[in-house]
Amino acid sequence: MDFRTVNTTCSYCGCGCGILLEVLDEEVIGSLPVKTHPVSEGSLCIKGWNIHEFIGSDQRLKRPLLRKNGELQPVSWEEAMTAAAAGLKNVVEKYGPDAVAVLASAKVTNEENYLIQKFTRAAIGTNNVDHCARL
Amino acid sequence: MTNSVPELADAKVIFIIGSNTTENHPIAAKWIMRAREKGAKIIVADPRWIQMSDLAEIAVQQRLGSDVALINGLMHIILKEGWQDQAYIDARCENFEALKAKVEEYPPDKVAQITGIPAETLRQMAEIYAKNKPASIVYCMGITQHTTGVDNVKSLANLAMITGNVGVASGGVNPLRGQNNVQGACDMGGLPNVFTGYQPVADEAANKKFSEAWGKPLPNKPGLTILEMFNGIDEGKIKALYVVGENPMVTDPDLHHVEAALSKLECFIVQDVFLTQTAKLAHIVLPGTSFAEKDGTFSNTERRVLPVRQAIKPVGESRPDWQITADLSTRVGYPMQYDSPEEIFEEIKKLTPSYAGMSYKRLEEKGLQWPCPTADHPGTVFLHKDRFSRGQGMLHAIDYKPPAEEPDADYPMFLTTGRAFVHYHSGTMTRVSPTLHREMETGYVEISPTDARNLGIKNGERIKVSSRRGEIQIKAKISRKVNRGVVFIPFHFAEAAANMLTNPAYDPTAKIPEYKACAVKVEKLAA
Ligand code: SF4
Repeated sequence: MDFRTVNTTCSYCGCGCGILLEVLDEEVIGSLPVKTHPVSEGSLCIKGWNIHEFIGSDQRLKRPLLRKNGELQPVSWEEAMTAAAAGLKNVVEKYGPDAVAVLASAKVTNEENYLIQKFTRAAIGTNNVDHCARL
Repeated sequence: MTNSVPELADAKVIFIIGSNTTENHPIAAKWIMRAREKGAKIIVADPRWIQMSDLAEIAVQQRLGSDVALINGLMHIILKEGWQDQAYIDARCENFEALKAKVEEYPPDKVAQITGIPAETLRQMAEIYAKNKPASIVYCMGITQHTTGVDNVKSLANLAMITGNVGVASGGVNPLRGQNNVQGACDMGGLPNVFTGYQPVADEAANKKFSEAWGKPLPNKPGLTILEMFNGIDEGKIKALYVVGENPMVTDPDLHHVEAALSKLECFIVQDVFLTQTAKLAHIVLPGTSFAEKDGTFSNTERRVLPVRQAIKPVGESRPDWQITADLSTRVGYPMQYDSPEEIFEEIKKLTPSYAGMSYKRLEEKGLQWPCPTADHPGTVFLHKDRFSRGQGMLHAIDYKPPAEEPDADYPMFLTTGRAFVHYHSGTMTRVSPTLHREMETGYVEISPTDARNLGIKNGERIKVSSRRGEIQIKAKISRKVNRGVVFIPFHFAEAAANMLTNPAYDPTAKIPEYKACAVKVEKLAA
C-alpha cells in the first residue's frame, strides 16, 4: 500500500484554496484543507472537499478520438496528431493563418495558456486567441 | 482584484454588487463574514435575494441592468452631501468636473424610478458606503455580463475613487473571477490583443521583443474575440478551430447559432478531460489531463500565483495539455521542446516583467502576488498604492443605458442566469462527481410566488420558457429570491440550457455577452 498527500491548488474557482490530495495506490481518494494556505486557512467549500471525485470518474477521456464515417472513433495518438496537424496546415495553406482560431482556457495552467498563445501567434501566425473569461 | 482576499476582513464596509459570494466564492465569503464579525457593515445590491442579503445592513434588489443608474445615484447623493474625499480627488484623479456634471443628472427620485429602489434607501446606502473607511467593493459576473459591462465596472471605480478607496489596504474594487484560472489565462496572453503581462501585440517594442524571443515575425493586428470567432465561423472566414478545455456548447449565448456555426468548420479540434457537448461535435478529440496529473501554476483572483502539483500519473492514455500543444506545434512546423512546466515558467519570467521575480522555488510555500519584478521582491498585496498605473486615476462620466432587450408584450418577463453552489461552469467536472450531483441533479427556473400563482404554476411542475432565440422545458422552483417579473436559471445544465434563451448582444468594448438580462415568456406545458 502506497499512501501520500500532495499539496496543490483547488481548480474549481478563483479563490485558489490550498488542498491536500490524498493518494492511495495511484488513485486520488480524498481532498483535505491546508491550514497554512494564505487564502483558505484550513477551510474548503463543498466543491473543494469533493474535487477528487471527478479526477477518477469513469467518464474521463482515455484515448484520442477521430471522426471516421461521421463517428468519433478511438485511435492512436500518432494518428490523431497527424490528422490534427494536417487539418490545421491545410487551412493555413488554403485560407491563410487568420482562418484559424484558438480558444485558450481558464481551466488549464499558466504554462499551458502560455504555450497555447505562443502556438497561435508563432506556429500559426494569427492573434485569433481568446478564452471563455468573458462568459 | 486591486486588493487581496484576506484584506476584506479589515474593511469597515463591504459593498457586494452582482456577486452571489457565498455560493460562488465561498472562501472569499468567509473573509467577508470575518469583517462582519468585527463590525463591518455589509451592503448588497443584487437582482436576487441572495444569502448575503440576509446578513446585510442594507440589501436591495435593483432592476436588471440598472447598475449604472444606481451607482450614479449614489455618487449624486455623496457629492450633494459633501461626503467625498476631496483631497484624494484633487491629488490623484482627473476629470472630476465632468463626472460631477453627469451625476448631477441622477437625483434620487429619477434613480428610484429606474432601479426600483426607494430614494430613502439610496440615501442610506450612500451614507454607509461613504462614511465608513476603508470601503471595499466586491463584484462578479452580475456586473460584467451586460451590454453595459464596461460602463458598470468604470462606474464602480468612480465610486471607489471619489471616496478615496483605491490604493488603500482593505479598500478597492475587487472582481471575483468566475473560473479558477481566468486571471492566469489573461496574464499569459490568452487574449486577442496582448502577449503575456498585457503587453500589446500592436505595440512595436513589445512585438519586436516577442518576435525575437520566439524567432519568428509575429502578427501585430489584434485578433478576434470569442464571439467574433463564432460569427467568423458562421460567415465562412474561420475554417479551423482548436479548443482547449472549454465547452462553448453550454457556456455560449444563443446555442443554436453556435452549433450551426461549428458544423461549418473544416478542421475542429477539441482537447479536454471529458467528452463535452462541444467535443462531441469535433473532428478530432485529444484527451488532456486534470490538474491532479501535472505540474504547473494557477493565478487566483487576487493575482496570487500558486503551485499545482502532480499527484498521480495521467489517467489512461491522456497527456498533460502542455505536452499536447507542444507536440502539435512541432508537427505544424514550429518545434517546441520543453522537458517540464518549470522550463516553460522560466521562459514566461524572461518575457513578463510582472512575473520576473518568481520561481517555482519561491512559489512553493504561499505563492506570490504580481507584480513581482525582482527575485527579492515580496510580491504586491494591493495595487495603486501611491499612484495609478496610468498616473492619475481617470474618472468617467457615464450615462445609464437599458439592457439590449427588455420585457415587452410578447416576452413579458426578465431572465437572468448564474451559477449554483455545487456546480462549476458547464458542469463537465462537477456533474460526474456523485456527491455534488446528489446535491443538485438538474436545472430549474426560479419564479416568484406571485408570477407562479398568476400563471397557475405549481412548485416542481415542468414548464416552458422561451425567448426570441429558443425554448426549453424546465422544472419550476417557486422562490422569494426573485422579484415579480424576473426568473432565474442556473446555466450548468445542458439538458435545460439557459443559453438556448440568452441574448448574444454584447458590450462594445469588452465583448462580453448579456447573460444577465433578456426577455422571456413563461408558460405551462400544453396538457
Ligand atoms: S475550495 Fe471552494 S472556494 Fe476554495 S477554490 Fe475550491 S471551489 Fe473555490
